Amino acid sequence: MATESSLELNRPSALAEFWFYFSQNKGAVIGLAVFLLLVFVALLAPIFAPHAPDFQYRDYFLLPPSWIEGGNSDFLLGTDAVGRDILSRLIYGARYSLFIGCVVVAIALVGGVVLGLTAGYCKGWVDTLIMRIMDIILAFPSLLLALVLVAVLGPGLVNAMIAIALVLQPHFVRLTRAAVLSEAGRDYVMAAKVAGSGHLRLMFYTILPNCLAPLIVQATLSFSSAILDAAALGFLGMGAQPPTPEWGTMLAEAREFILRAWWVVTFPGLAILITVLAINLFGDGLRDALDPKLKRS
Amino acid sequence: MTQPVLKAENITRDYHVKGGLWGKSKTVNALKGINFEVHEGKTLAIVGESGCGKSTLARILTLIDPATSGDLKIDGQSINIAKTKLTPELRQKVQIVFQNPYGSLNPRQKIGKVLEEPLLLNTKKTAGERKKLADEMLVKVGLGPEHYHRYPHMFSGGQRQRIAIARALMLTPRLLVLDEPVSALDLSVQAQILNLLADLQEELNLTYVFISHDLSVVKYIADEVLVMYFGEVVEHRSRDEIFANPQHEYTQTLFAATPRADVESIRERLSN
Repeated sequence: MATESSLELNRPSALAEFWFYFSQNKGAVIGLAVFLLLVFVALLAPIFAPHAPDFQYRDYFLLPPSWIEGGNSDFLLGTDAVGRDILSRLIYGARYSLFIGCVVVAIALVGGVVLGLTAGYCKGWVDTLIMRIMDIILAFPSLLLALVLVAVLGPGLVNAMIAIALVLQPHFVRLTRAAVLSEAGRDYVMAAKVAGSGHLRLMFYTILPNCLAPLIVQATLSFSSAILDAAALGFLGMGAQPPTPEWGTMLAEAREFILRAWWVVTFPGLAILITVLAINLFGDGLRDALDPKLKRS
Repeated sequence: MTQPVLKAENITRDYHVKGGLWGKSKTVNALKGINFEVHEGKTLAIVGESGCGKSTLARILTLIDPATSGDLKIDGQSINIAKTKLTPELRQKVQIVFQNPYGSLNPRQKIGKVLEEPLLLNTKKTAGERKKLADEMLVKVGLGPEHYHRYPHMFSGGQRQRIAIARALMLTPRLLVLDEPVSALDLSVQAQILNLLADLQEELNLTYVFISHDLSVVKYIADEVLVMYFGEVVEHRSRDEIFANPQHEYTQTLFAATPRADVESIRERLSN
């Protein structure tokens, strides 16, 4: 018993083990840090933002950033065409963008995994039915389909998110199905079956964890395309409605000032770029840390 | 004579191959009426070339696939999984060890969980009891309790096969089907695993059905040998008889095809 308990003590907890492997990848740690910073800022937006996001300072239209000739230190990143502080809008916008990304990826991932697992596991007519429907969805240009869906559901941020999730879902279904097909024939699945696993346990406990690596990467990539798609829908008047300080909508509103006031488009663009990059780096590290085959014993 | 652990009567298995747009659909008879029985504590070796139905038979014996017709009796109890659902009691009677130790362990499951899974699903033992049994089984197959928290990729092929054997034995089965358990391993490791199997058989009074194409392995471990050829049993006798005096033409061919590596035969080959 004594040796057993000392063994237990020597073993790091699952979280510590995960962190050890995750921290080997510097890019992933930076990505995680940036992402956490974003979440932190978004959560505490009222404390960080120097101004209200939709208050219009009528004396300061298109004010350049503070370090440029003609800038004002009250408005660090300048103001937009109707005199709203860009920094404050970006900080509040982080809430919307992160929310959109999370919700869309969650819906698409859960739906995609369930459908893909069912298709790959059941095979036969179930597989054919699910995959043909997914092929039909994939055959449409994604933004056009999202547009049609929003037109049916009615414009608004929530409906736009549902539409984007539906459009992104087939990618998850295909990825899951392909991974499941290759895993389901392996001996360890058969061994689990002989040991008495039921269908649901085989699908979600035995097979699914072995299919996660491509799904994590796809989820992080979808996070970024979800933000961009939501922005595009906002631009077309089908997504977040102005004056919502959503990054994509901000970009769209600033379109006509690209030549006159570069900061109005640059900062929302940079915000999207940095967020997407951080999430992609984080996802890469997550995949490596979650894959036991890459662990050194 | 006591009741056999396993009795197969006239087992057949047909596969239907669907025809394409122009082709006709046809039926492949993978097994054409197999009869045999295995007694407690004995080893029956099934040999034959690839594609002769060995693995199909293994899957029927382990209750993975149903037989098309015929009667399978385990401990005198007739079982047909096409009609009745498999109960935990039945599952505890037959277990299998697969050929490829690299594919038969879930890469995301720790060894301890691999071993505990059969207990978790088929018995009402508590987590503490399961852990204790798993630790004991690890020692029994020549590993140690320190391996409990490791992942399969940290083990060599031979060690993995030990883990696969341990998993199969967790439910203390009556019958263990070994589907070419050593053919993916190199020679010295083969010997270790075969010795382990022999020791375990003695210790736990296990009954083996040992499927192989390697006659030197069969000669080492088997009590009886059953030779299969295109889904049929062509010869079924005790090991000593069959190795001393193979009767059927196919058995003779099979034995002649075994490479001989003793000094005499090499000299003979070189002189020609």
